[in-house]
Amino acid sequence: MTIEELEQIAKSARQENAKYDYEVNVCMDLACASQGAGALKDALVKAAEASGKKVLVRRTGCMGPCSHGPLVRIDPEETLYHRVQAGQASAIMYGIGGSPVPELQCDLNEHFDKQVRVVLENAGYIDPEKIDDYIARDGYKALLTVLTEMTPNGVIHRITESGLRGRGGGGYPTGLKWSTVAKARGDVKYVVCNGDEGDPGAFMDRSVMEGDPHRVIEGMAIAAYAVGASKGFIYVRAEYPVAVSRLTTALREARRHGLLGNNICNTPFSFDMEIRLGAGAFVCGEETALIASIEGKRGTPKPRPPYPASSGLFGKPTLINNVETYANIAPIVRNGGKWFFNMGSERSKGTKVFALTGKIANTGLIEVPLGIKLWEIIEVIGGGVPGGHKLKAVQTGGPSGGCIPTEMMGIGVSYDALMAAGSIMGSGGMIVMDDTSCMVNVARFFIEFCMTESCGKCIPCRAGTAQMYNLLTRICTGVGTMDDLALLEDLCSTVKETSLCGLGQTAPNPVLSTLKYFRNEYIEHIVDKRCPAGVCQMQAGKSETPGGAEIPSEVVA
Amino acid sequence: MPVFTPPPLPSEDKRWKIVNGTMRKNGFARHALIETLHTVQSSFGFLDDDAIRFVAASLRVPLSQAYGVATFYHYFTLKPPGKHTVTVCAGTACYIKGADKLIAAAERRLGVKQGQTTSDGQISLMTARCVGACSRAPVVLCDGEVVGEMTREQVLEQLERWIVA
Repeated sequence: MTIEELEQIAKSARQENAKYDYEVNVCMDLACASQGAGALKDALVKAAEASGKKVLVRRTGCMGPCSHGPLVRIDPEETLYHRVQAGQASAIMYGIGGSPVPELQCDLNEHFDKQVRVVLENAGYIDPEKIDDYIARDGYKALLTVLTEMTPNGVIHRITESGLRGRGGGGYPTGLKWSTVAKARGDVKYVVCNGDEGDPGAFMDRSVMEGDPHRVIEGMAIAAYAVGASKGFIYVRAEYPVAVSRLTTALREARRHGLLGNNICNTPFSFDMEIRLGAGAFVCGEETALIASIEGKRGTPKPRPPYPASSGLFGKPTLINNVETYANIAPIVRNGGKWFFNMGSERSKGTKVFALTGKIANTGLIEVPLGIKLWEIIEVIGGGVPGGHKLKAVQTGGPSGGCIPTEMMGIGVSYDALMAAGSIMGSGGMIVMDDTSCMVNVARFFIEFCMTESCGKCIPCRAGTAQMYNLLTRICTGVGTMDDLALLEDLCSTVKETSLCGLGQTAPNPVLSTLKYFRNEYIEHIVDKRCPAGVCQMQAGKSETPGGAEIPSEVVA
Repeated sequence: MPVFTPPPLPSEDKRWKIVNGTMRKNGFARHALIETLHTVQSSFGFLDDDAIRFVAASLRVPLSQAYGVATFYHYFTLKPPGKHTVTVCAGTACYIKGADKLIAAAERRLGVKQGQTTSDGQISLMTARCVGACSRAPVVLCDGEVVGEMTREQVLEQLERWIVA
């Protein structure tokens, strides 16, 4: 494959699409698929044939606002239809080229206007199983440019210049990580993609792997060239069977086109990769645990140093980045580091994909420039809290993150601002909670998660999270005392300071942040034996609110 | 150095050939342990003692390591699943939207705890740590099929259909 050949494929794919007057893109991501998008697509294909119009019906990855699914977009007129059922296929087909079906039209302009799409630029526009679709939208152009026109150092320089930071949660500068691995000595090096999206409530990486798998492969291949690796591994959760199958197809197609394998683009560079399945262990998102898992062992972390950059997979220098980090690479190479650097806030550059879920009107995937105010995400993009309820907190960063209260919705979303607020950016889960959520119970939920997911290697995490869970359970059931609370706070700092890996070090965060902003709820549970949100069932019998979310909000407020 | 010969297949069952295929594809390398256990579970539905022994011997990993891996990862199960499986997602978004009530209702109806199978082997009640369909929370997988925005009534209806059948 040469650049000329690639351009030829892109050209003929565009010509093929140009044969059609209209494109009907059907979102078939998990959320839409679970609402009947499969039958809808079949019906649209039939209706297209019957209509006699030149229409291409295409399945695509996630378009974003999942709560409006199944979604259909007609191009080039960009009409977006929501909540479409198979029976409405002929009506849609009839409206093409004429006037759109008014009752299905979706007005989400505000939702989309605030967004900037870099990682998700192809989502909703390409068929994830067709490499030609990807190539037609400049796919693999960055890889071939890099191989023929740039030195490995030049690539690293461009990534450094962009200011990209790791999207897995840590926010480590990507360019710096790459140059460390590039400088590490060793003839065998590996690049690894962390697709073990264990953070419950986050699904950006799944959507990227399912909706645009070639983007991840291209990013990894560029990384391999930059650091001098010839072998890669994508570690994917076994809970994501569709992602595994899409990646398998994508790898096969890429090899068939000579974009993976020996002497890519007639250069000395050779690179290929394999998929490795996770098996349901949250701790495997930690890089040393992930390496152990790829090696076929129990996923327990190791003390660092040595860092994987010097001694990682099979003892060799290893570059590990998250799915979304790799997904940013090709656009940065194509558009230049400065282009990326000019987006975002002062110390957090570019865009970030968030999975917006919980008690919010427009749930789904969004991609926003960093630095955007939290309230803009919640009120404008998310459409606010539904059902007349009041916003209480936004949880970011999953079990390692924290809850940000309503009063702080003015902060800009960046690595540093979220850290200062007692939470973290994390991989990008953003869960909105309203007045029917009990913050003590939420803290208990996360500690239970960390307790069951603790690998058991170090004592602070293994025993500490279990004791924290016991204390929180006492408070939630109305038998807790103020001494329990003091002990809980004490344990938080011990576990945070002394645990071996990120899981234990961040496990107390949900407790600490709820204690910081919602201490009165803890006190109410302990002193008044009452759960203000009416979630916790009190044993002491003094409870006036016997559990359940059915309690009217007036009582709570 | 003596040439290593992998142990014979445990039985005539054709599924062992699939398992052997995965190991051969990986050159019987030790790091293929998790991949191979995945193949065993997808072929047989669970990992039993014989399977773990066979895989450990074939890949030349200590039995303790194979058993350690099989029990460390939540995805692997050592017990045969029921004829039907209902999996309630217990991720954060689902929890916020009341997944715990769905689990409690299913537990009451089936008379088993989460992670268990009814005594007649018909229905397994499982929980999952996020299936990535958070925007449709609470999510339940009925025999692997994702159903979003589930209510307690819908879960019970699904269980009744399986109980009758």
